[in-house]
Amino acid sequence: MRSGSRLEQVLRAGRFAVTAELNPPDSADAEAVYERAREIAPVCDALNATDASGAHVHMSSVGVCALLTRAGYDPVMQVSCRDRNRIAIQGDLLGAAAMGVKNVLCLTGDGVQAGDQPEAKPVFDLDSMTLLRTTCILRDKGMFLSGRKLDSAPRLFLGAAENPFAPPYDFRPYRLAKKVEAGADFIQTQYCYDVPRLREFMAKVCELGVHEKVFILVGVGPLRSAKSAEWMRANVPGVWIPDPIIDRLKRGGKGEGKRLCVDIIREVREIKGVAGVHIMAYKQEELVPEIVEEAGLLVRDQIYAPK
Amino acid sequence: MLRFLQDSPHALELFYAGTGKALQPFRRMLKPGGRMERLFVRFERWTKGGMFDCRMCGQCVLHSTGMTCPMTCPKELRNGPCGGVRANGYCEVLPDKPCVWTEAWGRSRQMPLYGQEILHLLAPVNRRLKDSSAWINHLHPETLHPPAGWQP
Repeated sequence: MRSGSRLEQVLRAGRFAVTAELNPPDSADAEAVYERAREIAPVCDALNATDASGAHVHMSSVGVCALLTRAGYDPVMQVSCRDRNRIAIQGDLLGAAAMGVKNVLCLTGDGVQAGDQPEAKPVFDLDSMTLLRTTCILRDKGMFLSGRKLDSAPRLFLGAAENPFAPPYDFRPYRLAKKVEAGADFIQTQYCYDVPRLREFMAKVCELGVHEKVFILVGVGPLRSAKSAEWMRANVPGVWIPDPIIDRLKRGGKGEGKRLCVDIIREVREIKGVAGVHIMAYKQEELVPEIVEEAGLLVRDQIYAPK
Repeated sequence: MLRFLQDSPHALELFYAGTGKALQPFRRMLKPGGRMERLFVRFERWTKGGMFDCRMCGQCVLHSTGMTCPMTCPKELRNGPCGGVRANGYCEVLPDKPCVWTEAWGRSRQMPLYGQEILHLLAPVNRRLKDSSAWINHLHPETLHPPAGWQP
Protein backbone atom coordinates (compact mmCIF):
# COMPACT_ATOMS: atom_id res chain seq x y z
CA MET A 1 0.00 0.00 0.00
CA ARG A 2 1.24 3.45 -0.90
CA SER A 3 -1.03 5.41 1.39
CA GLY A 4 -3.90 3.10 2.30
CA SER A 5 -6.48 5.59 1.05
CA ARG A 6 -9.96 4.33 0.39
CA LEU A 7 -9.41 4.71 -3.35
CA GLU A 8 -6.25 2.65 -3.20
CA GLN A 9 -7.92 -0.07 -1.15
CA VAL A 10 -10.83 -0.32 -3.58
CA LEU A 11 -8.53 -0.48 -6.60
CA ARG A 12 -6.14 -3.00 -5.08
CA ALA A 13 -9.08 -5.17 -4.08
CA GLY A 14 -9.94 -5.33 -7.77
CA ARG A 15 -13.27 -3.51 -7.46
CA PHE A 16 -14.46 -1.03 -10.07
CA ALA A 17 -13.70 2.39 -8.58
CA VAL A 18 -15.80 5.54 -8.88
CA THR A 19 -14.34 8.98 -8.29
CA ALA A 20 -16.04 12.30 -8.90
CA GLU A 21 -14.97 15.87 -9.31
CA LEU A 22 -15.95 18.31 -6.61
CA ASN A 23 -16.02 21.77 -8.05
CA PRO A 24 -14.65 24.21 -5.50
CA PRO A 25 -16.95 27.12 -4.74
CA ASP A 26 -16.31 30.79 -5.41
CA SER A 27 -16.86 31.43 -1.78
CA ALA A 28 -15.10 31.71 1.54
CA ASP A 29 -17.77 29.61 3.21
CA ALA A 30 -16.84 26.08 4.27
CA GLU A 31 -20.47 25.02 4.12
CA ALA A 32 -20.43 25.49 0.32
CA VAL A 33 -17.80 22.73 0.10
CA TYR A 34 -19.62 20.40 2.48
CA GLU A 35 -22.91 20.87 0.66
CA ARG A 36 -21.37 19.59 -2.57
CA ALA A 37 -19.43 16.84 -0.83
CA ARG A 38 -22.58 15.53 0.86
CA GLU A 39 -24.25 15.28 -2.51
CA ILE A 40 -21.63 13.15 -4.27
CA ALA A 41 -19.48 11.49 -1.59
CA PRO A 42 -21.92 8.68 -0.67
CA VAL A 43 -21.60 7.14 -4.14
CA CYS A 44 -17.85 7.65 -4.69
CA ASP A 45 -14.57 6.23 -3.47
CA ALA A 46 -12.82 9.59 -3.66
CA LEU A 47 -13.56 13.22 -4.43
CA ASN A 48 -11.25 15.23 -6.67
CA ALA A 49 -10.59 18.75 -5.45
CA THR A 50 -9.66 20.70 -8.57
CA ASP A 51 -6.84 23.23 -8.64
CA ALA A 52 -8.10 26.32 -10.47
CA SER A 53 -9.30 24.22 -13.40
CA GLY A 54 -9.60 26.01 -16.71
CA ALA A 55 -7.35 28.68 -15.16
CA HIS A 56 -10.33 30.14 -13.29
CA VAL A 57 -9.76 31.01 -9.64
CA HIS A 58 -11.88 29.10 -7.12
CA MET A 59 -11.23 28.02 -3.55
CA SER A 60 -7.76 26.37 -3.59
CA SER A 61 -7.43 22.60 -3.69
CA VAL A 62 -5.35 22.67 -0.51
CA GLY A 63 -8.14 24.60 1.22
CA VAL A 64 -10.88 22.31 -0.03
CA CYS A 65 -8.85 19.24 0.97
CA ALA A 66 -8.24 20.65 4.45
CA LEU A 67 -12.01 21.01 4.90
CA LEU A 68 -12.75 17.58 3.43
CA THR A 69 -10.19 15.66 5.49
CA ARG A 70 -11.41 17.47 8.60
CA ALA A 71 -14.86 16.03 7.97
CA GLY A 72 -13.54 12.53 7.26
CA TYR A 73 -13.74 12.51 3.46
CA ASP A 74 -10.96 11.03 1.33
CA PRO A 75 -10.09 13.61 -1.33
CA VAL A 76 -7.77 13.49 -4.33
CA MET A 77 -5.84 16.73 -4.24
CA GLN A 78 -5.17 18.04 -7.74
CA VAL A 79 -1.90 19.92 -8.11
CA SER A 80 -1.19 21.88 -11.25
CA CYS A 81 2.13 23.36 -12.36
CA ARG A 82 0.65 26.52 -13.81
CA ASP A 83 0.57 28.65 -10.67
CA ARG A 84 3.38 27.52 -8.40
CA ASN A 85 7.05 26.66 -8.68
CA ARG A 86 8.78 23.59 -7.27
CA ILE A 87 9.42 25.23 -3.90
CA ALA A 88 5.76 26.06 -3.29
CA ILE A 89 4.49 22.71 -4.58
CA GLN A 90 6.75 20.55 -2.42
CA GLY A 91 5.71 22.54 0.65
CA ASP A 92 2.04 22.16 -0.23
CA LEU A 93 2.43 18.41 -0.68
CA LEU A 94 3.90 18.05 2.80
CA GLY A 95 1.20 20.26 4.28
CA ALA A 96 -1.53 18.32 2.51
CA ALA A 97 -0.18 14.97 3.68
CA ALA A 98 -0.02 16.33 7.23
CA MET A 99 -3.70 17.27 6.99
CA GLY A 100 -4.61 13.73 5.98
CA VAL A 101 -4.63 13.94 2.19
CA LYS A 102 -3.72 10.51 0.83
CA ASN A 103 -4.24 10.89 -2.92
CA VAL A 104 -2.63 13.46 -5.20
CA LEU A 105 -3.25 14.02 -8.89
CA CYS A 106 -0.31 15.66 -10.67
CA LEU A 107 -1.26 17.88 -13.60
CA THR A 108 0.42 20.33 -15.91
CA GLY A 109 -2.65 22.56 -15.92
CA ASP A 110 -4.46 24.57 -18.58
CA GLY A 111 -2.72 27.64 -19.94
CA VAL A 112 -3.61 30.96 -18.31
CA GLN A 113 -5.29 32.12 -21.53
CA ALA A 114 -8.11 29.63 -20.89
CA GLY A 115 -9.25 31.57 -17.83
CA ASP A 116 -10.66 34.97 -17.02
CA GLN A 117 -7.28 36.41 -16.01
CA PRO A 118 -5.17 35.75 -19.10
CA GLU A 119 -2.78 38.54 -18.13
CA ALA A 120 -1.39 36.41 -15.28
CA LYS A 121 2.13 34.99 -15.37
CA PRO A 122 2.19 31.28 -16.28
CA VAL A 123 4.72 29.47 -14.08
CA PHE A 124 5.16 25.91 -15.45
CA ASP A 125 8.42 25.47 -13.52
CA LEU A 126 7.80 21.71 -13.42
CA ASP A 127 5.60 19.71 -15.78
CA SER A 128 3.23 16.89 -14.88
CA MET A 129 5.97 14.27 -15.34
CA THR A 130 8.63 15.99 -13.26
CA LEU A 131 6.00 16.84 -10.65
CA LEU A 132 5.08 13.15 -10.43
CA ARG A 133 8.70 12.15 -9.99
CA THR A 134 9.27 14.94 -7.46
CA THR A 135 6.33 13.68 -5.38
CA CYS A 136 7.70 10.17 -5.72
CA ILE A 137 11.06 11.36 -4.39
CA LEU A 138 9.34 12.96 -1.39
CA ARG A 139 7.46 9.73 -0.68
CA ASP A 140 9.94 6.98 -1.52
CA LYS A 141 13.31 8.54 -0.81
CA GLY A 142 12.07 10.83 1.94
CA MET A 143 13.86 13.85 0.54
CA PHE A 144 13.21 17.08 -1.33
CA LEU A 145 14.23 17.44 -4.94
CA SER A 146 17.40 19.12 -3.68
CA GLY A 147 18.38 15.99 -1.78
CA ARG A 148 17.66 17.50 1.67
CA LYS A 149 16.20 14.83 3.97
CA LEU A 150 12.69 14.89 5.40
CA ASP A 151 12.05 13.90 9.02
CA SER A 152 8.96 12.03 7.96
CA ALA A 153 7.96 11.23 4.39
CA PRO A 154 4.40 11.76 3.13
CA ARG A 155 2.38 8.66 2.24
CA LEU A 156 0.59 9.40 -0.99
CA PHE A 157 -1.22 7.47 -3.72
CA LEU A 158 -0.06 9.21 -6.88
CA GLY A 159 -2.26 9.99 -9.82
CA ALA A 160 -1.72 11.49 -13.24
CA ALA A 161 -3.93 12.50 -16.12
CA GLU A 162 -3.99 11.29 -19.70
CA ASN A 163 -5.98 12.37 -22.72
CA PRO A 164 -6.33 9.55 -25.25
CA PHE A 165 -8.56 11.82 -27.35
CA ALA A 166 -5.98 14.46 -28.31
CA PRO A 167 -3.25 14.17 -30.95
CA PRO A 168 -0.61 12.81 -31.40
CA TYR A 169 -2.77 9.71 -30.85
CA ASP A 170 -0.07 7.10 -31.33
CA PHE A 171 2.22 8.84 -28.81
CA ARG A 172 -0.43 8.82 -26.05
CA PRO A 173 0.05 5.20 -24.88
CA TYR A 174 3.81 5.80 -24.65
CA ARG A 175 3.23 8.99 -22.75
CA LEU A 176 1.11 7.01 -20.30
CA ALA A 177 3.96 4.53 -19.93
CA LYS A 178 6.27 7.47 -19.27
CA LYS A 179 3.97 8.71 -16.50
CA VAL A 180 4.01 5.26 -14.93
CA GLU A 181 7.80 5.31 -15.11
CA ALA A 182 7.72 8.70 -13.42
CA GLY A 183 5.71 7.20 -10.56
CA ALA A 184 1.97 7.23 -11.32
CA ASP A 185 -0.12 4.70 -9.37
CA PHE A 186 -3.42 5.65 -10.98
CA ILE A 187 -4.60 7.56 -14.04
CA GLN A 188 -7.71 9.66 -14.53
CA THR A 189 -8.43 10.44 -18.17
CA GLN A 190 -10.04 13.39 -19.86
CA TYR A 191 -13.79 13.14 -20.73
CA CYS A 192 -14.46 10.10 -22.91
CA TYR A 193 -17.13 10.57 -25.57
CA ASP A 194 -15.35 8.55 -28.24
CA VAL A 195 -15.38 4.94 -27.04
CA PRO A 196 -13.82 3.43 -30.21
CA ARG A 197 -10.82 5.75 -29.79
CA LEU A 198 -10.53 4.68 -26.13
CA ARG A 199 -10.63 1.01 -27.17
CA GLU A 200 -7.78 1.59 -29.60
CA PHE A 201 -5.80 3.41 -26.92
CA MET A 202 -6.41 0.74 -24.28
CA ALA A 203 -5.47 -2.04 -26.70
CA LYS A 204 -2.07 -0.41 -27.18
CA VAL A 205 -1.71 0.23 -23.44
CA CYS A 206 -2.40 -3.46 -22.76
CA GLU A 207 0.01 -4.46 -25.50
CA LEU A 208 2.72 -2.44 -23.74
CA GLY A 209 1.75 -4.14 -20.47
CA VAL A 210 1.22 -0.79 -18.76
CA HIS A 211 -2.29 -1.67 -17.52
CA GLU A 212 -0.73 -4.09 -15.05
CA LYS A 213 1.32 -1.37 -13.39
CA VAL A 214 -1.30 1.35 -13.07
CA PHE A 215 -5.03 1.71 -12.40
CA ILE A 216 -6.81 3.51 -15.21
CA LEU A 217 -9.98 5.46 -14.43
CA VAL A 218 -11.81 6.76 -17.48
CA GLY A 219 -13.26 10.27 -17.31
CA VAL A 220 -16.97 10.60 -18.06
CA GLY A 221 -19.60 13.27 -17.56
CA PRO A 222 -23.15 14.25 -18.47
CA LEU A 223 -23.54 16.83 -21.23
CA ARG A 224 -26.22 19.42 -20.61
CA SER A 225 -27.40 19.79 -24.20
CA ALA A 226 -26.26 19.61 -27.80
CA LYS A 227 -25.52 23.31 -27.69
CA SER A 228 -23.35 23.10 -24.60
CA ALA A 229 -21.58 20.08 -26.12
CA GLU A 230 -20.70 22.15 -29.17
CA TRP A 231 -19.52 24.96 -26.94
CA MET A 232 -17.34 22.60 -24.90
CA ARG A 233 -15.82 21.09 -28.00
CA ALA A 234 -14.85 24.52 -29.25
CA ASN A 235 -13.78 26.16 -26.00
CA VAL A 236 -12.64 23.66 -23.38
CA PRO A 237 -9.04 22.56 -24.01
CA GLY A 238 -8.67 18.84 -24.65
CA VAL A 239 -12.35 17.89 -24.85
CA TRP A 240 -13.25 15.90 -27.96
CA ILE A 241 -16.93 15.23 -28.73
CA PRO A 242 -17.66 13.41 -32.03
CA ASP A 243 -20.61 14.50 -34.20
CA PRO A 244 -22.77 11.38 -33.61
CA ILE A 245 -22.82 12.22 -29.89
CA ILE A 246 -24.04 15.74 -30.61
CA ASP A 247 -26.70 14.35 -32.99
CA ARG A 248 -27.88 11.97 -30.30
CA LEU A 249 -28.22 14.86 -27.82
CA LYS A 250 -30.19 16.85 -30.39
CA ARG A 251 -32.62 13.98 -30.97
CA GLY A 252 -32.85 12.81 -27.37
CA GLY A 253 -34.05 15.96 -25.65
CA LYS A 254 -34.09 16.35 -21.88
CA GLY A 255 -32.16 13.83 -19.81
CA GLU A 256 -30.29 12.48 -22.83
CA GLY A 257 -26.96 13.75 -21.51
CA LYS A 258 -27.33 11.63 -18.41
CA ARG A 259 -28.47 8.55 -20.35
CA LEU A 260 -25.51 8.96 -22.70
CA CYS A 261 -23.14 9.16 -19.74
CA VAL A 262 -24.61 5.95 -18.27
CA ASP A 263 -24.27 4.17 -21.62
CA ILE A 264 -20.65 5.24 -21.94
CA ILE A 265 -19.86 3.98 -18.43
CA ARG A 266 -21.41 0.60 -19.29
CA GLU A 267 -19.36 0.34 -22.48
CA VAL A 268 -16.13 1.53 -20.91
CA ARG A 269 -16.48 -0.94 -18.06
CA GLU A 270 -16.13 -3.85 -20.46
CA ILE A 271 -12.81 -2.65 -21.89
CA LYS A 272 -9.75 -4.56 -20.72
CA GLY A 273 -7.52 -2.55 -18.39
CA VAL A 274 -10.17 -0.07 -17.22
CA ALA A 275 -10.23 -0.03 -13.40
CA GLY A 276 -12.88 2.59 -12.78
CA VAL A 277 -14.55 5.79 -13.85
CA HIS A 278 -14.02 9.41 -12.91
CA ILE A 279 -17.23 11.43 -13.14
CA MET A 280 -16.92 15.12 -13.93
CA ALA A 281 -20.35 16.71 -13.73
CA TYR A 282 -19.53 20.39 -13.79
CA LYS A 283 -22.38 22.34 -12.14
CA GLN A 284 -24.55 19.20 -12.36
CA GLU A 285 -23.32 17.44 -9.22
CA GLU A 286 -26.88 16.43 -8.36
CA LEU A 287 -26.79 14.00 -11.30
CA VAL A 288 -23.81 12.02 -9.99
CA PRO A 289 -25.75 9.69 -7.63
CA GLU A 290 -28.32 8.93 -10.36
CA ILE A 291 -25.58 8.20 -12.90
CA VAL A 292 -23.75 5.87 -10.53
CA GLU A 293 -26.96 4.06 -9.65
CA GLU A 294 -28.23 3.72 -13.22
CA ALA A 295 -24.86 2.49 -14.42
CA GLY A 296 -25.14 -0.32 -11.90
CA LEU A 297 -22.16 0.78 -9.85
CA LEU A 298 -23.95 1.21 -6.55
CA VAL A 299 -23.33 -2.32 -5.31
CA ARG A 300 -21.05 -0.93 -2.68
CA ASP A 301 -20.77 -2.79 0.56
CA GLN A 302 -20.85 0.27 2.76
CA ILE A 303 -24.35 1.05 1.60
CA TYR A 304 -26.01 -2.21 0.71
CA ALA A 305 -24.39 -4.78 2.94
CA PRO A 306 -24.89 -3.91 6.61
CA LYS A 307 -23.04 -6.93 7.95
CA MET B 1 14.37 26.18 -47.08
CA LEU B 2 14.18 26.43 -43.30
CA ARG B 3 11.05 24.31 -43.24
CA PHE B 4 12.76 21.71 -45.40
CA LEU B 5 15.64 21.48 -42.93
CA GLN B 6 13.30 21.34 -39.94
CA ASP B 7 11.51 18.45 -41.60
CA SER B 8 14.74 16.54 -42.18
CA PRO B 9 15.27 15.34 -38.62
CA HIS B 10 17.70 12.64 -39.61
CA ALA B 11 20.10 15.12 -41.21
CA LEU B 12 19.76 17.34 -38.15
CA GLU B 13 20.48 14.54 -35.70
CA LEU B 14 23.61 13.62 -37.66
CA PHE B 15 24.71 17.25 -37.52
CA TYR B 16 23.89 17.35 -33.81
CA ALA B 17 25.98 14.26 -33.08
CA GLY B 18 28.75 15.64 -35.29
CA THR B 19 28.91 19.02 -33.52
CA GLY B 20 29.23 17.30 -30.17
CA LYS B 21 32.14 15.19 -31.39
CA ALA B 22 33.84 18.08 -33.20
CA LEU B 23 33.85 20.29 -30.09
CA GLN B 24 35.08 17.57 -27.75
CA PRO B 25 38.86 18.21 -28.35
CA PHE B 26 38.40 21.89 -27.35
CA ARG B 27 36.86 20.94 -24.04
CA ARG B 28 39.60 22.62 -22.01
CA MET B 29 39.34 25.94 -23.82
CA LEU B 30 35.59 26.11 -23.64
CA LYS B 31 34.43 26.54 -20.07
CA PRO B 32 31.08 27.68 -18.68
CA GLY B 33 31.50 31.33 -17.73
CA GLY B 34 34.75 31.46 -19.70
CA ARG B 35 35.84 34.00 -22.30
CA MET B 36 34.60 31.96 -25.26
CA GLU B 37 31.12 31.57 -23.83
CA ARG B 38 29.86 35.00 -24.93
CA LEU B 39 30.90 34.25 -28.46
CA PHE B 40 29.20 30.88 -28.38
CA VAL B 41 26.02 32.34 -26.91
CA ARG B 42 25.87 34.82 -29.75
CA PHE B 43 26.52 32.14 -32.34
CA GLU B 44 23.97 29.74 -30.87
CA ARG B 45 21.36 32.46 -30.65
CA TRP B 46 21.90 33.16 -34.32
CA THR B 47 21.97 29.57 -35.62
CA LYS B 48 19.62 27.71 -33.29
CA GLY B 49 17.41 30.77 -32.99
CA GLY B 50 16.84 30.83 -36.73
CA MET B 51 16.59 27.09 -37.05
CA PHE B 52 14.54 26.02 -34.01
CA ASP B 53 13.27 29.30 -32.57
CA CYS B 54 15.67 28.45 -29.70
CA ARG B 55 14.91 30.05 -26.30
CA MET B 56 18.47 29.65 -24.95
CA CYS B 57 17.59 27.44 -22.00
CA GLY B 58 21.25 26.38 -21.98
CA GLN B 59 20.43 22.66 -21.74
CA CYS B 60 19.63 21.49 -25.22
CA VAL B 61 17.58 18.29 -25.50
CA LEU B 62 16.71 18.50 -29.20
CA HIS B 63 17.74 14.88 -29.77
CA SER B 64 15.17 13.77 -27.13
CA THR B 65 12.39 15.81 -28.65
CA GLY B 66 12.42 15.02 -32.36
CA MET B 67 14.83 17.91 -33.16
CA THR B 68 11.99 20.30 -32.24
CA CYS B 69 12.63 22.83 -29.47
CA PRO B 70 10.31 21.99 -26.54
CA MET B 71 10.92 25.39 -24.93
CA THR B 72 8.80 26.97 -27.67
CA CYS B 73 5.81 25.15 -26.16
CA PRO B 74 3.91 27.82 -24.17
CA LYS B 75 4.04 25.48 -21.16
CA GLU B 76 7.71 24.62 -21.81
CA LEU B 77 6.89 20.92 -21.67
CA ARG B 78 9.93 18.71 -22.19
CA ASN B 79 8.31 15.36 -21.45
CA GLY B 80 5.49 15.13 -23.96
CA PRO B 81 2.39 17.01 -25.09
CA CYS B 82 -0.23 18.32 -22.69
CA GLY B 83 -3.82 17.10 -22.84
CA GLY B 84 -5.04 20.24 -24.53
CA VAL B 85 -3.81 19.65 -28.08
CA ARG B 86 -6.59 20.53 -30.54
CA ALA B 87 -8.15 17.89 -32.78
CA ASN B 88 -6.31 19.41 -35.76
CA GLY B 89 -2.97 19.02 -33.95
CA TYR B 90 -2.66 22.71 -33.09
CA CYS B 91 -1.72 24.34 -29.79
CA GLU B 92 -4.25 24.96 -27.04
CA VAL B 93 -2.66 28.27 -26.06
CA LEU B 94 -1.69 29.55 -29.53
CA PRO B 95 -4.49 28.33 -31.81
CA ASP B 96 -2.69 29.19 -35.04
CA LYS B 97 0.53 27.35 -34.20
CA PRO B 98 0.94 23.60 -34.64
CA CYS B 99 1.60 21.83 -31.33
CA VAL B 100 5.34 21.47 -30.80
CA TRP B 101 4.80 17.91 -29.66
CA THR B 102 2.75 16.68 -32.61
CA GLU B 103 5.67 17.81 -34.78
CA ALA B 104 8.25 16.40 -32.36
CA TRP B 105 6.61 12.99 -32.29
CA GLY B 106 6.29 12.78 -36.08
CA ARG B 107 9.91 13.79 -36.59
CA SER B 108 11.24 11.47 -33.89
CA ARG B 109 9.82 8.56 -35.89
CA GLN B 110 12.24 9.45 -38.68
CA MET B 111 15.32 9.53 -36.45
CA PRO B 112 17.18 6.21 -36.38
CA LEU B 113 19.91 7.60 -34.10
CA TYR B 114 18.06 9.26 -31.24
CA GLY B 115 14.39 8.55 -32.07
CA GLN B 116 13.76 6.42 -28.97
CA GLU B 117 15.03 9.11 -26.61
CA ILE B 118 11.60 10.75 -26.71
CA LEU B 119 10.30 7.90 -24.54
CA HIS B 120 12.62 8.69 -21.63
CA LEU B 121 11.90 10.95 -18.72
CA LEU B 122 13.82 14.25 -18.58
CA ALA B 123 14.76 16.06 -15.38
CA PRO B 124 13.25 19.46 -14.48
CA VAL B 125 14.78 22.44 -16.25
CA ASN B 126 17.69 24.09 -14.47
CA ARG B 127 16.56 27.73 -14.67
CA ARG B 128 20.04 29.05 -13.81
CA LEU B 129 21.40 27.92 -17.16
CA LYS B 130 19.16 30.27 -19.13
CA ASP B 131 21.12 32.34 -21.67
CA SER B 132 24.28 30.27 -21.28
CA SER B 133 25.83 28.21 -24.05
CA ALA B 134 24.29 24.74 -24.33
CA TRP B 135 27.22 23.50 -26.42
CA ILE B 136 29.78 24.48 -23.81
CA ASN B 137 27.59 23.09 -21.03
CA HIS B 138 27.45 19.80 -22.89
CA LEU B 139 31.22 19.55 -22.84
CA HIS B 140 31.05 19.76 -19.05
CA PRO B 141 28.37 17.26 -18.02
CA GLU B 142 28.61 18.26 -14.37
CA THR B 143 26.83 21.55 -15.17
CA LEU B 144 23.88 19.54 -16.50
CA HIS B 145 23.46 17.19 -13.54
CA PRO B 146 19.90 17.09 -12.22
CA PRO B 147 19.31 18.01 -8.53
CA ALA B 148 20.58 15.50 -5.97
CA GLY B 149 17.14 14.11 -5.13
CA TRP B 150 16.48 13.29 -8.77
CA GLN B 151 19.54 11.11 -9.24
CA PRO B 152 18.92 7.36 -8.93
